[in-house]
Amino acid sequence: MHTLMQCLWRLRMVGVVLLLAVLAASLAPPSSAAEPDEEIGQAVGTVDADTWRQVKSGENFVDSRYDSTYNLINPSGETWRQIRNEWISPAGLIAIGGMLAILIIFYLIVGRNDLDHERTGRKILRWTVFERSLHWTVATLFIALSLTGLNLLYGKFVFRHIFGDVFWANMIMGSKLIHNYAGPVFGILLIVILAKWLKVNLPKKHDWEWFKQGGGMVGDKHPDAGFANAGEKAWFWILASVGLLVVISGLVLDFPIFGQTRDNMQWANMFHGVTSLILMTVALGHIYIGTLGTEGALEGMATGYVDETWAKQHHNLWYEEVKDNAGQPQQSDPPVGDDTATAHRPN
Amino acid sequence: MAQMKFLCDAERCIECNGCVTACKNANETDWGIQRRRVVTLDDGKPSEVSISVACMHCDDAPCMAVCPTDCFYKTDDGIVLHDKDICIGCGYCLYACPFGAPQFPKEEAFGERGKMDKCTFCAGGPAETKEEEYEKYGANRIAEGKLPLCAEMCSTKALLAGDAQTISDIFRERVVYRGHEDGGWSSVEKAQMSGPDVSGNLDEMAYDATRATREG
Ligand code: HEM
Ligand code: SF4
Ligand code: SF4
Repeated sequence: MHTLMQCLWRLRMVGVVLLLAVLAASLAPPSSAAEPDEEIGQAVGTVDADTWRQVKSGENFVDSRYDSTYNLINPSGETWRQIRNEWISPAGLIAIGGMLAILIIFYLIVGRNDLDHERTGRKILRWTVFERSLHWTVATLFIALSLTGLNLLYGKFVFRHIFGDVFWANMIMGSKLIHNYAGPVFGILLIVILAKWLKVNLPKKHDWEWFKQGGGMVGDKHPDAGFANAGEKAWFWILASVGLLVVISGLVLDFPIFGQTRDNMQWANMFHGVTSLILMTVALGHIYIGTLGTEGALEGMATGYVDETWAKQHHNLWYEEVKDNAGQPQQSDPPVGDDTATAHRPN
Repeated sequence: MAQMKFLCDAERCIECNGCVTACKNANETDWGIQRRRVVTLDDGKPSEVSISVACMHCDDAPCMAVCPTDCFYKTDDGIVLHDKDICIGCGYCLYACPFGAPQFPKEEAFGERGKMDKCTFCAGGPAETKEEEYEKYGANRIAEGKLPLCAEMCSTKALLAGDAQTISDIFRERVVYRGHEDGGWSSVEKAQMSGPDVSGNLDEMAYDATRATREG
């Protein structure tokens, strides 16, 4: 009974409200609903060519998305896409493929740079354990970063078709993880290695002569070289310039939490692509010279010691200064502190 | 085959964000992910204009072209979808997309991105089961013969979704009714001021994503 009463009372109230509404409506000024012209007059603001220009310019807008500063249409992405897909990606293939081809042809025609004289059997310390570990750690990271990086740029054209979706998903995810985590470690160690080897890589007058003689390929004498020859120095300075750019642009991409804009990321990506492809191309040359190209070079980086004959042939100035130390390889390196090691590379 | 497209009639959009809410609700997207957004120019001034935008399901989709994993695909209806099992969260699609459609849940270490999420035209995505599909990509209304919820819920019918031919017919009809001489891409006043030959500028006004070198 009680509830029924309440219901009726409510109905009456609704009736009163409706009546009031009708009254209000009849008192209001005549509605303009049927007039198209007037309707347009009340419509949203002018949508004209300037509006669309403003849309692209990113001026004077608000976005309902939390945290978003993203204007409506942002054409720079298309520019980035064109540059990355149409220029950087093919150019990288040409550079790396071209370098490989040159090295193979060079090896087939010129062959290995052998030692001119018999080995004497006496060894000279060239790289300490610390330096060798550093070198091979950096080299391993470099190769890991190169392969995973190349997979990010070119992998999709090859591996998905060969191995199928599931394998590809794991492969590319693994590539990204390795690349993202190995990158910063490589960056730190690269700086350590550059600092460690800075002194022996400062340019000297005789380096210019070395270049003019193509490292000994032009003419038949061996140009002067200190502990590091001019070619090695060039590689050092490429790592110190292009290498650091790779690291810096890589870090910008790796940690998207410092307020980088989308445009910053596009630039960082293009920079990273170009510089790393340059670095990989040059590294191929470095790896060739260090392994197949020069008899006895890999031995140095593997054991730490080089033969007297090798030192004389490739680094005559250095040899002149350290030849008195030639002898049998030590069981262990000179004690840390590197004093002895420094004595092995006075120039 | 149909070519699915969105079209937002800027003369009608009233910035109510109903589409944004409808989308969020239909797809139950992750925290912080808002697939649709409304951009307002000159907010609060007489020249104020609003447009709702999400993924435009581009014909020549930049996201698709730059993705290192190649995880995007186009359905027969012209809808751009992606496979979250393959996505590695690199962010390249976001760098390429002109509309800011791709978004990432911020949950991993060092700001590493999670799997990319974007508007699916309410068409779900690749998955074994319906539940998995809903979990990963949200609703698949297209499979049920329905259109995207954002457009269905739009109170002023500013946001249109459907076959490109059909929705442009609807828009064209509105334009004819409003009396726009230049295809509706500029205002009545402007059109009347500058005479009938404004239509020559139509090409200038339309945004063409493949024209890379246009400054902007
Ligand atoms: C498998 C790959 C590599 C091989 C086989 C290799 C081989 C060598 C060899 C044999 C040397 C010693 C040359 C000499 O005795 O004078 C050397 C030096 C050096 N390597 Fe590598 N290397 C490799 C990768 C790398 C990578 C990835 C980096 C850096 C990113 C690197 C940086 C250097 C530097 C800075 C030097 C010292 C050059 C100098 O200033 O004397 N190497 N490498
Ligand atoms: S995500 Fe962006 S680029 Fe890709 S189809 Fe959608 S609107 Fe186009
Ligand atoms: S974030 Fe995912 S979908 Fe976007 S480009 Fe990278 S892998 Fe492709």
